[in-house]
Amino acid sequence: MNRLRVKKKVPLLPYMLVLPTLLFVLLFTIYPTISSIAGSFFQQRLNIPKYREPVFYGFGNYTDLLGDPGFRLILGNTLRYVLVVVPLTMITALGFALWLSKSRNSRFRIAIFHPTILPMVSAATIWMFFLTPDYGLFNSFLGFFGYTGPENWVANPDMALWSLVLIAFWKDSGFYMIFYLAGIQNLPGEVFEAAKLEGAGPLTIFFKFTMPLLRRTTLFVTTVLVIGAFRTVDHVFIVTQGGPSSRSSLLLYHLWQVRFDYLNIGQASAITVFLVVLLLAFTISNFVITERRTTDA
Amino acid sequence: MRKSTVWRIAGLTVGVVIALLWMMPLIWSVVASLRPTNEPFARGHVWFGSTLSLANYIHAFQIAPFGRYFINTVLMVTAILSVQLVTSSLAGFAFAFYRFPGDKILFTIILTQMMIPTVALLVPNFQTIRVLGLYDTIWAMAIPFWGSAFGTFLLRQTFLGIPRDYGDAARIDGCTWHMILRFIYLPMAVPSIIAFSISSVNWHWNNLLWPLIITQSDKTRPLTVGLARFTQLGEIGAQWGLLSAATLIVALPLFILFVIFQRRFMEGFMTSGLK
Repeated sequence: MNRLRVKKKVPLLPYMLVLPTLLFVLLFTIYPTISSIAGSFFQQRLNIPKYREPVFYGFGNYTDLLGDPGFRLILGNTLRYVLVVVPLTMITALGFALWLSKSRNSRFRIAIFHPTILPMVSAATIWMFFLTPDYGLFNSFLGFFGYTGPENWVANPDMALWSLVLIAFWKDSGFYMIFYLAGIQNLPGEVFEAAKLEGAGPLTIFFKFTMPLLRRTTLFVTTVLVIGAFRTVDHVFIVTQGGPSSRSSLLLYHLWQVRFDYLNIGQASAITVFLVVLLLAFTISNFVITERRTTDA
Repeated sequence: MRKSTVWRIAGLTVGVVIALLWMMPLIWSVVASLRPTNEPFARGHVWFGSTLSLANYIHAFQIAPFGRYFINTVLMVTAILSVQLVTSSLAGFAFAFYRFPGDKILFTIILTQMMIPTVALLVPNFQTIRVLGLYDTIWAMAIPFWGSAFGTFLLRQTFLGIPRDYGDAARIDGCTWHMILRFIYLPMAVPSIIAFSISSVNWHWNNLLWPLIITQSDKTRPLTVGLARFTQLGEIGAQWGLLSAATLIVALPLFILFVIFQRRFMEGFMTSGLK
């Protein structure tokens, strides 16, 4: 409170300092969010002369979307993708971090981390070869363990989505490992020594001490992972283009298609609203769940 | 004693195997890119060809102007980062050093950018860029990212860790706000600034979707968009050696920097996650 009085001499300055950042956030985040909501109530299609200018359509875009099995499929794909990629990557990242936090293993860190530096476009292009039928290395690798299932991952309706999961998982696990490494380094050593003296086994230590103490890291990692899972569709562009018949299409990729292939701006705005609502729902519920666990513990 | 040696060797072996498996895509693409162009891939024959050859790289440069794409990427990343550093330092400083009516609300508004990525709003943002007359320019790829919630947040957290007395003492001695920021706050925030720079450059260097939407000519296309188009060219098909070469041309510049400064890179990412 004392501080506040001192600052009263320069009331304008802090606003001026914040202004540039605020301006760009307002222009490219806040305004477009509002304008998407507004635009979603209008019919606007650039390829149909009657609808070149927006015409009020009420909730038409939403009912059209929800009534369309194709869109429901894509929504389902997106949810499945996010719900698999997030825990899979998080658990692998944590496993890698536990393994590589020991100083004698730290030399392997680069090997696990390096996909972070590759563009997703490059990673996806390389993986396209790995997943190619007949001579792709991934099938040879699986064959080594006795796999005899279908070989054409990318063109198989049941597997295309999982090949995208695989690429994202490989590309990102090393990145999220870094945050767990940082978290593990900051764990209070004396707690673990005490637990060991009390005779706690490694599993007890992991679930009763390591995991709860890494809760903040997990919150951060899962939040960034969820947002990343919704916004990264580069591998869809390269590997499957959403196919076969939309079986591997994700929301943001579909949004791009509706806007630039079908030129349906009204519907694209409604999809944007879906996307924003899903993003907020996931990040906020993740936060609430983690915080509730805090008070339980 | 001997038992622990056995365990050490076993652990080391498992480690080497996992590391090699994880690096397989990169190792394969390097090897494949060096295959002579006239030796097709087949089952059991996907690694080295009869000799090593740079023909795929030469061919890739002939098909697409990767040199131009590289310059575009560098220009884009520079235009983004240089402005981000200024805007984020100013805003981070304001939120850390001053209390002013509405500061919490303004901070929250800025933080929404972390939850709603700019690219998810591609429909209206594309329109905004068109209205500004910037379509298919380097600016179009850069300007939407000039305000950074992450940068503002990271620098605010860092600045909050600097004892206030330093700034107050400097002010009593007659320093203006920008002298306090420049000579006290920024020098003490160098690790955070490096961390932010690394993650920003890495992110935008590798980003595809926004540049893909907002560019349409080779004058402005960055590396990622160039590669995405390259992979889709009909005449290329399954020429994996050529695709690998193009892939590595795109990935290599940043990758070489990473290998040289690997410690800095990893620590940078760690710092950015800890705040």
